[in-house]
Amino acid sequence: MATKGKPPKPEELSKISYTPPQRNWMDIPVEFKPGMYCHATRPKYLEAVGMPFPRDWSPADADWKLPDNWKEIILQGIKERLMKYRTFHVFMDICVRCGACADKCHFFLGGGDPKNMPVLRAELLRSVYRKYFTTSGKIFGKAAGARELTEDVLKEIWYYYFQCTECRRCSLFCPYGIDQAEITIIGRELLNLLGLNLDWIMGPVANSYRTGNHLGLEPHTIKANIDFMLDDIETITGIRVETTFNRKGAEILFIGPSGDLFGVPGNYVTMGELMLFHEIGLDYTWSTMACEGGNFGFFTSMEVAKKLYYKIYSEAKRLGVKWILGGECGHQWRLMNQYADTWWGPPDFLEEPVSPITGTKFENAKGSKIVHITEFTADLIKHGKLKLDKSRNDHLKVTFHDSCNTSRAMGIFEEPRYIIKNVCNHFYEMPESTIREKTFCCGSGSGLNAGENIELRMRGGFPRANAVKYVREKFGVNMLANICAIDRAALPTLMDYWNPGVDVCGVHELLGNALVMTGEIERTLDLRGEPLPGKGGAE
Amino acid sequence: MGILFSFAVVIAIVLIVFAGVRGAGLNYLFAIIIPYLALLTFIIGVTYRVFNWGRSAVPFRVPTTGGQQFTLPWIKSNKLDNPHTSYGVIGRMILEVLLFRSLFRNTKAELHDGPRLVYGSEKLLWLAAIAFHYSFLVILLRHLRFFTVPVPTPIQFLEFVDSFFQVGAPLVYITNFVIVIALLFLLYRRLGMPQIKYISLPSDYFPLFLILAIVLSGIYMRYFDKVDIVGVKQITMGLVSFRPTIPDGIGIIFYIHLTLVCTLFAYFPFSKLVHMAGVFLSPTRNLANNNRMQRHVNPWDYPIKVRSYDDYENEFREKMKKAGIPVEKE
Ligand code: HEM
Ligand code: SF4
Ligand code: SF4
Repeated sequence: MATKGKPPKPEELSKISYTPPQRNWMDIPVEFKPGMYCHATRPKYLEAVGMPFPRDWSPADADWKLPDNWKEIILQGIKERLMKYRTFHVFMDICVRCGACADKCHFFLGGGDPKNMPVLRAELLRSVYRKYFTTSGKIFGKAAGARELTEDVLKEIWYYYFQCTECRRCSLFCPYGIDQAEITIIGRELLNLLGLNLDWIMGPVANSYRTGNHLGLEPHTIKANIDFMLDDIETITGIRVETTFNRKGAEILFIGPSGDLFGVPGNYVTMGELMLFHEIGLDYTWSTMACEGGNFGFFTSMEVAKKLYYKIYSEAKRLGVKWILGGECGHQWRLMNQYADTWWGPPDFLEEPVSPITGTKFENAKGSKIVHITEFTADLIKHGKLKLDKSRNDHLKVTFHDSCNTSRAMGIFEEPRYIIKNVCNHFYEMPESTIREKTFCCGSGSGLNAGENIELRMRGGFPRANAVKYVREKFGVNMLANICAIDRAALPTLMDYWNPGVDVCGVHELLGNALVMTGEIERTLDLRGEPLPGKGGAE
Repeated sequence: MGILFSFAVVIAIVLIVFAGVRGAGLNYLFAIIIPYLALLTFIIGVTYRVFNWGRSAVPFRVPTTGGQQFTLPWIKSNKLDNPHTSYGVIGRMILEVLLFRSLFRNTKAELHDGPRLVYGSEKLLWLAAIAFHYSFLVILLRHLRFFTVPVPTPIQFLEFVDSFFQVGAPLVYITNFVIVIALLFLLYRRLGMPQIKYISLPSDYFPLFLILAIVLSGIYMRYFDKVDIVGVKQITMGLVSFRPTIPDGIGIIFYIHLTLVCTLFAYFPFSKLVHMAGVFLSPTRNLANNNRMQRHVNPWDYPIKVRSYDDYENEFREKMKKAGIPVEKE
């Protein structure tokens, strides 16, 4: 699989110049720098979901084994998408190149490559659009910012559209809302017409199609993993928590990211959730098929994304639940908030979500019937339904990383903060320009958290890491909380690289630590199984 | 390259008018035919562009959210930066169009030793953009006095305010100065700031040079080479009443000014200047963040092949049974 590259030392990497070269960008051919791009997808993954042109190829090769009519395919693809997406159509036309977005992208800030300025990333494709779809581009060519679509241009688009994490930070600052994420999504869709995707994306897609989750966990493995967690919970709390799988007639279907079923520190989030559901006596079940709210299909094409999301409502229907509770995951919530209902709704077989514990109606989810777990938990805390011992998180100085998708495609800021403030005594915000809607990406989103592009990831994560460094130096922050499984997979590496000593956790891990459960033994361990300082444990 | 080219085109237009009017006596062409054509191009062109964008579908509701979502009753939502109702969207659009809300967020990143990334506030672009656009708007509106008899009171009032309540002629307008300064700043950004220069195309310099030329020729005409205003008004009133006439003795500078304006109008629909219309159609701004409350329908949705639960269970049934997970078919 992914060969782990070794990035240069942080001191080297942080020598970044934002001054662009003299030569016009159109005259500078793309250079494939090792550590900055991912492996090509293996053909079997494309075959698994019926995507076109499966073949062995490599980005570094001169010959990408494109079909003879590749150019036609792309141009036809652009033409279709101009009609299918008003975003794409308008964004191709109205950029004034004011440059407001230029220094908003974490990849530009962490690397200085001018083609990572969102406006230039868009121009890579826009120049082709002008050449074939606008009068001025057809007549004036380069003087109108138009250029021929060649193999080199295609490769350039590939290289830079897989150096964009679809984080939408540029869109926030653009006076017209031009969203490079949207352009990247469509650009990648075009590339996928030629089978040009990443192994790291297509592997999870193929897995997800077969097993329902990215990791390819089969139903019995999911159960076994959760059983392990239940054992750990018992060790820590003395309570044997029960849970159910594919149980018909449960009130609620819980769907989180599969990353939280496997691997550190995501598993601690699931443990926290299991403990919470047990403590409040929630009538819920897991589905082994719909056990993944994340959707790497979103990084290939809209059709594949929709395909992988079929399981969400269909499993809710099959199991006869009333509504869906969604776990801590970033792009899962981009989709649950902005796409799920459009793809597979209306879910009229479900009921408007009401918290069985507090009676709160989740007004904002009355249509799609999917509630975010931090909305659910914040409501519990607000109504005094949980007994919390904050001091069990006293060894942690916590800051919160807003994930791109939950920030700029949803806007869930207060709910997780409210929970954190109720379960921790030490909470510190990073600087204002780096949180909430202005948050910086972890640098590994949208399917880029592979091993071979490690330099890209460390560069892209630099602005985030630098803001963490600030609160670490100022307040001694040692824990970076978040509500995203990709963050939990990507940020530990990023912290080790830029800020060794800062750990990463999900919000419900912190909650699990603080949650006082009925009949629990005196806690001496945190959810990680480490001694709790000052709690009868070591120290 | 692009800079010189754009500049040269503007100069060329001036020279062509000069030659056309002074040399060939084509007054009729420049004062009547071109203005009509330019206006027609503008109207048809912009309408077509808007119509064409409008034909494109909006398959998903994808607003960029810039604040707290609408959620539990005790959490205050940000109704303008993250609207969940149509009123909120209208409010957001008003802020965008009238106040350039998003541009107002602008920051400037700097890398210091340490390394330390800092983000300073950077409102100059916003200020210049506001100054430029509002001056442009006021100047455009003031020009209505050439096309109306009697001049409507609001226009007279606008002149009065713009000249800082000055009485007596010739009025000195604030917007004339402001727009020149704003344009010079915007040009400086493109010429002097390496990043902005790098992303600039000839079609970015051209409107700036063109509008600057329009403004300067206007100022020249007004304060230095005073043209025969009565004659000009005869032309403009002739144009709006579709009974075009051209009185004698109108200075060449007027023809230059007019033709440059016509160029701007005719160029408008083919250029980035359509952002004026496009901003209203931007789906990341003009949609509400309410997908979980109100379903959005994709007009081109089509059936696709999926993996059914039956297929899933067929593959894993034995393993599921062994693990004690309920199945549909024993
Ligand atoms: C609804 C109306 C309009 C809105 C909301 C709007 C908004 C904006 C914004 C936010 C910018 C970016 C800031 C900047 O680069 O200065 C801009 C740039 C620009 N606008 Fe507009 N605009 C509108 C109408 C117009 C009109 C009628 C013109 C007339 C010619 C115009 C000409 C320009 C030019 C030339 C630039 C680029 C400035 C540069 O190159 O730096 N705009 N507009
Ligand atoms: S902020 Fe928007 S208009 Fe300005 S350069 Fe970037 S994409 Fe273009
Ligand atoms: S979406 Fe994010 S990663 Fe992509 S260009 Fe914009 S700021 Fe950069």
